[in-house]
Amino acid sequence: MQPCDRIGYVHQLESFGSVDGPGVRFVVFMQGCAMRCRYCHNPETWAAGGKTWTAQELFDRVRRYRNYWGKQGGITVSGGEPLLQTEFVTALFGLARAEGIHTALDTAGQPFVQEAAYLEKFDALMDVTNLVILDLKEIDERRHRALTGHTNANILAMARYVAARGIPLWIRHVLVPGLTDDEQGLRRMQAFIDTLDSVERVEVLPYHTLGLQKWRKLRMDYSLEGVRTPTEEEMRRAQELLQTRKYAGS
Amino acid sequence: MNNNAAWAGFQGRKWKESVDVRDFIQKNYEPYDGDESFLSGPTEATNTLWADVSALQKEERAKGGVLDMETEIVSSITAYPAAYISQEHKELEQIVGLQTDKPLKRAFMPFGGIKMANQACTTNGYTPNPKYNKIFTDYRKTHNQGVFDVYTPEMKRARHNKIITGLPDAYGRGRIVGDYRRVALYGIDYLVAQKEKDLTFNIGDGVTMTDDVIRLREEVAEQIKALKAMKVMAEAYGYDISKPATCAKEAVQWLYFAYLAAIKTQNGAAMSVGRVSTFLDIYIQRDLKAGVITEEQAQELIDHLVMKLRMVKFARIPSYNQLFSGDPVWATLEVAGMGQDGRSQVTKTCFRFLHTLENMGPSPEPNLTVLYSPRLSENFKKFASLISVRTSSIQYENDDVMRPVWGDDYSICCCVSATETGKEMQFFGARANLAKCLLYALNGGVDEKTKEQVGPALRPVTDEVLDYDVVIDRYMAMMDWLSSLYVNTLNVIQYMHDKYFYEAAQMALIDTHVRRTFATGIAGFSHVVDSLCAIKYAQVRPVRDEDGVIVDFKTVGDFPRYGNDDDRADDIAIWLLRTFLTLLRKRDTYRKSQATTSILTITSNVVYGKATGSLPDGRKAGEPLSPGANPSYGAEQNGLLASLNSVAKLPYEYALDGISNTQTINPEALGHSEDERKENLMNVLDGYFAQGAHHLNVNVFGREKLLDAMEHPEKEEYANFTIRVSGYAVKFIDLTREQQLDVISRTCHATM
Repeated sequence: MQPCDRIGYVHQLESFGSVDGPGVRFVVFMQGCAMRCRYCHNPETWAAGGKTWTAQELFDRVRRYRNYWGKQGGITVSGGEPLLQTEFVTALFGLARAEGIHTALDTAGQPFVQEAAYLEKFDALMDVTNLVILDLKEIDERRHRALTGHTNANILAMARYVAARGIPLWIRHVLVPGLTDDEQGLRRMQAFIDTLDSVERVEVLPYHTLGLQKWRKLRMDYSLEGVRTPTEEEMRRAQELLQTRKYAGS
Repeated sequence: MNNNAAWAGFQGRKWKESVDVRDFIQKNYEPYDGDESFLSGPTEATNTLWADVSALQKEERAKGGVLDMETEIVSSITAYPAAYISQEHKELEQIVGLQTDKPLKRAFMPFGGIKMANQACTTNGYTPNPKYNKIFTDYRKTHNQGVFDVYTPEMKRARHNKIITGLPDAYGRGRIVGDYRRVALYGIDYLVAQKEKDLTFNIGDGVTMTDDVIRLREEVAEQIKALKAMKVMAEAYGYDISKPATCAKEAVQWLYFAYLAAIKTQNGAAMSVGRVSTFLDIYIQRDLKAGVITEEQAQELIDHLVMKLRMVKFARIPSYNQLFSGDPVWATLEVAGMGQDGRSQVTKTCFRFLHTLENMGPSPEPNLTVLYSPRLSENFKKFASLISVRTSSIQYENDDVMRPVWGDDYSICCCVSATETGKEMQFFGARANLAKCLLYALNGGVDEKTKEQVGPALRPVTDEVLDYDVVIDRYMAMMDWLSSLYVNTLNVIQYMHDKYFYEAAQMALIDTHVRRTFATGIAGFSHVVDSLCAIKYAQVRPVRDEDGVIVDFKTVGDFPRYGNDDDRADDIAIWLLRTFLTLLRKRDTYRKSQATTSILTITSNVVYGKATGSLPDGRKAGEPLSPGANPSYGAEQNGLLASLNSVAKLPYEYALDGISNTQTINPEALGHSEDERKENLMNVLDGYFAQGAHHLNVNVFGREKLLDAMEHPEKEEYANFTIRVSGYAVKFIDLTREQQLDVISRTCHATM
């Protein structure tokens, strides 16, 4: 099979994204994610399924938006978890990079493992990736498990691995009042980010309740019922603790 | 007149020997590719006067939307003495002139129709002098009376059932832009002399008196009277405009007087100012270089002109306000654009006009329009984007598709339509409701609401499940009928408007041998496309009532929709546009004008929707049609750019009268910071227009703000909260609740 014939399972296409990477971007939301983050605002992307596209078909669709991208924009693949479909994303990004289009991978890193067979595939993807946007949920292992159902050891390892390869990183952290906003945790996270050489931007995203309806629609219990969005003051404090201003690059 | 002192320092020859404003501009303007840092804030005088106007606007709103109305004087160029914003501050007004004797007072204009003029007064609690009723019924016929004398029963039925709708048979057709710059550049006397020359030597052979020749001779005679009246009007303000303007202040003032003459005599649905910024910049540059004025004073001139344009008012009847809500006048004014020689026509005065939205806050009028090209300087594009992000008060039109058709000195004569300035005029013709036409095709010409036989009694579609080929066949036949009836109805209207409500002041500033376009329009565009897609790709079962008339549809299955960059739907959209235009072009049009069409419905989509039954695309009877060329509500599933790509596929050459598209973007979805937002918006505009799209209204705000403004219109922050709707801008709080809800329900691109 040619790489461009690889099949991907896509949840949704968004022709206009401007906050998931630099400039105006086409965002591909892949289907499927193993993490079970309690605040997830796209729980409908967890299960397998989705619309099938070949890499070539999807690239032909994406390329229609090239006129809008200016000097900075391009493609972002998000999810779900795009690393569950690494080979497909690699094929898509390969097609994009062949035409000089900027590629960004928006991931939570959960599928990453430091094994030779996996790294071979991962390296192939990194070869055609301009930017990795990594969602760091929690720095503390125990709390990470409680929040997402998974360890974060491999996620932190991925951050180090990507940084060591010199690929630009944007680190994101969703701020949930009372859950992911403790001072010690944020300080530890900042210390960890400091060890990564290629970080260009650190963003704090305010928790929002827009996903709540989706949980209800899926008839799933939402464990954060009643949790509010952070105040501007709480946002500012988190930004200071994570020293976001230090990373002014884009 | 080759060496007029007023022209000292101006280059060129051709424009001195005949009326040729474009040549003057091309020989004398200086493109500006710098940024906005040179701009000046408002002067104290500007702040004082704008506070006066704001107070009057507040009072106007408190009185239900009308501050004062004339009941005793029939408006004309010279009907009123000089008047000012306030007696106390009148010496602060750099640019003077009001429509009536008081600010925001609405003039009495009976020539379009005495019933409407009366009704406009009485519904607002004013009683016009009854003598006018007698005069304009017994002694002097009006446009409206002329039209209804001639309408056929079929035309009346079609109008009554609203398959042709919004017709300018009860209000002024507007859309004629005088080249107001001519008064500044040449002065009235020279323009009169040129028209007198035309009357003597340049109409017919001077002997043979055919209808055409007689009519044109009479019109030019009227034009000359209007020009002379402009001089008298200016004298009342202490100005002699018989000679060319000698400085920037005079240039702005002369130009405004010319426009003022137009709005004292016509209450057209669009009273555009035209493309004036680069022209005025030449005068401002000359004065700045000579040290006669400062940047602050230059900005003040533009601010004060714009202030006057914000005060234009007309007396309207309730049914007009339902069509065009928010009291718009379409004082459309353009900036930027490229020249045929490849130079940008952006000057500092283009910046100054956009800057008025900062100096005096957001405002729907004048309808500020950027003639956009990706080749404009990045500095200007970013500044315009920034003003959009901050005020949502400007619209964008693609200079790269219009320039090849209309040259590089066209003006926008209504909301979005172009005409070559001083060379062309347009016969405005409202809309044909193609969604209703589709229902007529299915029901054999019977109206789905009134059950009247309006269209020809062709065979109705009796299938259980609609067959695409059968539907297309019947639809073509019904569109053929509609296009003929529509053009002929408009022929009647334009004939009578010329005869009884002739635009002498505007036409005096246009070449005697004018080119005319015949501007038709389409309503319900996206719904027809989606309905045809439903019939083609899903299963559509008509629901018939006891009379056998289809009143609803049961649609099962997925189908592509216009607005998702899906060629299956978009190809049907292109087919529909081309087909209707081709049918229109077969007809004979009044005064051999060129038939064009548009896909723009202004806010009338709500009223048109009320009169339209359920459609196969799932839109229910009475619900608003989507505005202009916008995709239908909820149809857009792939975000803003996919929607823009669908609209961009419609070829401008099939809709030379304009393809209007309005999009609202949540600021958070446009970028984290203002810098990111302006950059991203510029990229969106570049991408959209690079693909040949025609027009974009850009709103930058969230749904929450609209909801709050609807519930709390009294909040200070919403007094001037301006939003773009199809082809123009309104203050949101001036919309009816129904229209507010309609605006809120439209897609707001907010993916985060």
